[in-house]
Amino acid sequence: MEPLTWTGDLGPVLTPLMMAAVAVFVLALVANWGLSLAGVKSGEIAYENGQAVLVARSPLDYSALAMKYAILLFLACCVAYILAGMLIADPRTAGIIGTVAGRFAPVWIALAATFALSIAFKRRLGLYGKLFDSTIGMIGFGIVMFWVFAAIFGGPLGLIVTHDALDQISGLKNEPPGAVVPNAAADGLYPYYLLGGDNLARDVFSRMVEGAWEVMKIAPFATLFAFMVGITLGLPAGFYGGRLDTVLSFLANLILAFPVILLFYLLVTPEIVATGIPVYMAAVLFLFPILFIAVMINSRYYTRPAVRTPVLAVLLVGLGWLYLSLVHQPGTRIDFLGPLTFLDLFDIPGGILVVFVAVMFVNSPTVFRIVRGLTMDIKTRDYVAAAQTRGEGVWYIMLWEILPNARGPLIVDFCLRIGYTTILLGTLGFFGLGLPPESPDWGSTINEGRKLLSIYLHPALPPALALLSLVLGLNLLADGLREESLRD
Amino acid sequence: MGLFFLRRLGVMILTALCLTFIVFFLTNLYPNLEKLAKTQGNMRMTDAEVTQWLDNRGYLEPVALKYAQWLGVAPGWTREAASGGETVVTGRCIDGQATPAEAAEAPRFCGVLQGDWGYSTVFRENVAGIIGTRLGLTGYLMFWVILLMVPAALLVGVLAGMNEGSRTDRTLSTFAITTTATPEYVSGVILIAVFASSAVGLRWFKGTATSAMENPTFENFFLPVLTISLYGMGYIARMTRASMAEVMTAQYIRTARLKGVSFPNIVLKHALRNALIAPFTVIMLQFPWLLNGVVIVETLFNYKGFGWTLVQAAGNNDIELLLAVSVVSVIVVLVTQLISDIGYVYLNPRISVT
Repeated sequence: MEPLTWTGDLGPVLTPLMMAAVAVFVLALVANWGLSLAGVKSGEIAYENGQAVLVARSPLDYSALAMKYAILLFLACCVAYILAGMLIADPRTAGIIGTVAGRFAPVWIALAATFALSIAFKRRLGLYGKLFDSTIGMIGFGIVMFWVFAAIFGGPLGLIVTHDALDQISGLKNEPPGAVVPNAAADGLYPYYLLGGDNLARDVFSRMVEGAWEVMKIAPFATLFAFMVGITLGLPAGFYGGRLDTVLSFLANLILAFPVILLFYLLVTPEIVATGIPVYMAAVLFLFPILFIAVMINSRYYTRPAVRTPVLAVLLVGLGWLYLSLVHQPGTRIDFLGPLTFLDLFDIPGGILVVFVAVMFVNSPTVFRIVRGLTMDIKTRDYVAAAQTRGEGVWYIMLWEILPNARGPLIVDFCLRIGYTTILLGTLGFFGLGLPPESPDWGSTINEGRKLLSIYLHPALPPALALLSLVLGLNLLADGLREESLRD
Repeated sequence: MGLFFLRRLGVMILTALCLTFIVFFLTNLYPNLEKLAKTQGNMRMTDAEVTQWLDNRGYLEPVALKYAQWLGVAPGWTREAASGGETVVTGRCIDGQATPAEAAEAPRFCGVLQGDWGYSTVFRENVAGIIGTRLGLTGYLMFWVILLMVPAALLVGVLAGMNEGSRTDRTLSTFAITTTATPEYVSGVILIAVFASSAVGLRWFKGTATSAMENPTFENFFLPVLTISLYGMGYIARMTRASMAEVMTAQYIRTARLKGVSFPNIVLKHALRNALIAPFTVIMLQFPWLLNGVVIVETLFNYKGFGWTLVQAAGNNDIELLLAVSVVSVIVVLVTQLISDIGYVYLNPRISVT
């Protein structure tokens, strides 16, 4: 068998089309700039029934039109590749691009369904629905959801990946994309390494997809927990001010003054893990979400003990159990259950817990500062004074009056911060800290791939581009959300 | 103003003390010391030998006392041992071994306050010397980064912000947002792949900057500089754009337009100075992040500066070097914060520090 080519049998048709699209786009762009520099204005605009309609087109408008159609043509070619990959079973016809796009078939279907449903019901979906009014927001949301679906389908469901992320197949070390797996039919393996093999002869494509799952397991949750810590401490700091604020702000600034990488080295190395410090930190940091939820429920139903007591009791038992299962790890410093180990519902692999805690610890001071600032601003509003006059409790005012009114900036920052957490996770992987060395997460893969970068590009580039696109998607999503929430 | 300055200075010193104590505490945990003993002494030492090795070098004293010694407010440790019939004294303030008579003359206090930064166990050199040379190398890198990043970012931001919503704005904003989404280890890898690898074949630049330490040229130094600049640039550009866009909607700009001032004149003479106040703060606060980028880029390009030293010191638990590194970085962070606060007041007379 021959190795796959990039474009397969579709190449002769689609490649010239795509080239043409790019050429037209560049030409039109240059023409557009040139014309606008030369002082050409766009055509006349008339208003009909309150809508702007272009009456006469000038050359400037034609160049803009050409750009638009070039983009559409390019996108159509991309869709053709995706469809070809999904419909044509033979990888030799679809080529590497088509086959890779086709492997993502479940993702495309899920994406299409999400978009169709969201756009159909966008007027009833609040801020989420408004996101679909902004192009930037939609692009960002699409990219983010692409990786979310890829992580879910590729990780636990095992749909997209072609090989196991840890399997090494001899003879495929550093092989270029499209390499043929020897004796694939006999061993029941997928016959190609779509994006080539890495330094240890593992499939780059499968590792990239599995890496998405590694990121999705940690980044959103670590950010969420960091937010809970930051909110629980930031609200009282901003609301009360005074000495509490001084102390908490000093601590936050102290953590922020640390170079992040030094902090990681100090927290995540095996020697420190052996002393149990990260586990103790986890025990403290994971208390905050419970505290947050308990105070929130308590302040809401304080006046109705008949509702509050049972709800709070059930919640505390449930969350407490989860907390114990999370914190209790056999073999580490927190291993106290002894004969009651059956109470321990699940164990998080040590490396992941440490990384989780480190990332959370680095993120929460910034969240604290944002929440503190927002609280200081909002506490002067009239509705807060009204709540105080009504005799509401302090925590009710903080959690049910101030926090919901600070949601806009917080949601935007949440998106940005997931991206930042992803970058931090990559940094940890890049320095080989925390996660086991064979882990397929993007940072570790980039770190491994960079050593032979001047000769072999394919092991390092896919995870690098994946990380780039995910963070870019999150940034665009945050931009879209900011735009739409400001419009309220 | 004087009081403000003094208070900030007090907070700075307190922060530096707390931070170094945390680093000190974490690096002096027993597993770390054990690793240090085994890498410095002998990998096959027994537990008793490890304890002996550590005790001889003063590592087993209480953490608070050791920290005070490092600071120079407590007398350094001394050990007396008999070797060949003579008493030999070793100690924190004594180089190698000395006779009791020499030891009596040696200074009792030797810590940071006395200007003694200690001895690096990895590089086997005085910490002060290492920090000096490495900081020099990184300073040179940073100089070029600033020189490339700040003008480029301001230019992009101003061009995008002066016509909000135009096609130029959208193109430049997309560029800015892409660079903020590209961490150094991704952009570095992509840049090396495109411009330095034999696989693409351009080979315009070198993929390592090791030779740039002695002889920096455009060929071996441009990629690291570009990699650091790109990440910081997007953020500054976006801030500049936001600030510029805000200024362009101000009343005095409209007045200038109605008077018939030409557009370039409005941008350069009326808008620019007011639009650059906010980016100034952002640029100053960007320094701590640059430090982060420096660590990654120096590791990626093997440029042995300050960031590379940090990685070496942290990876090998080189306590005194690590402490010096954290002191330097905390000073960088806090001084830039101070400058940004003071500078903001000078640039914007509507705000006062008190």
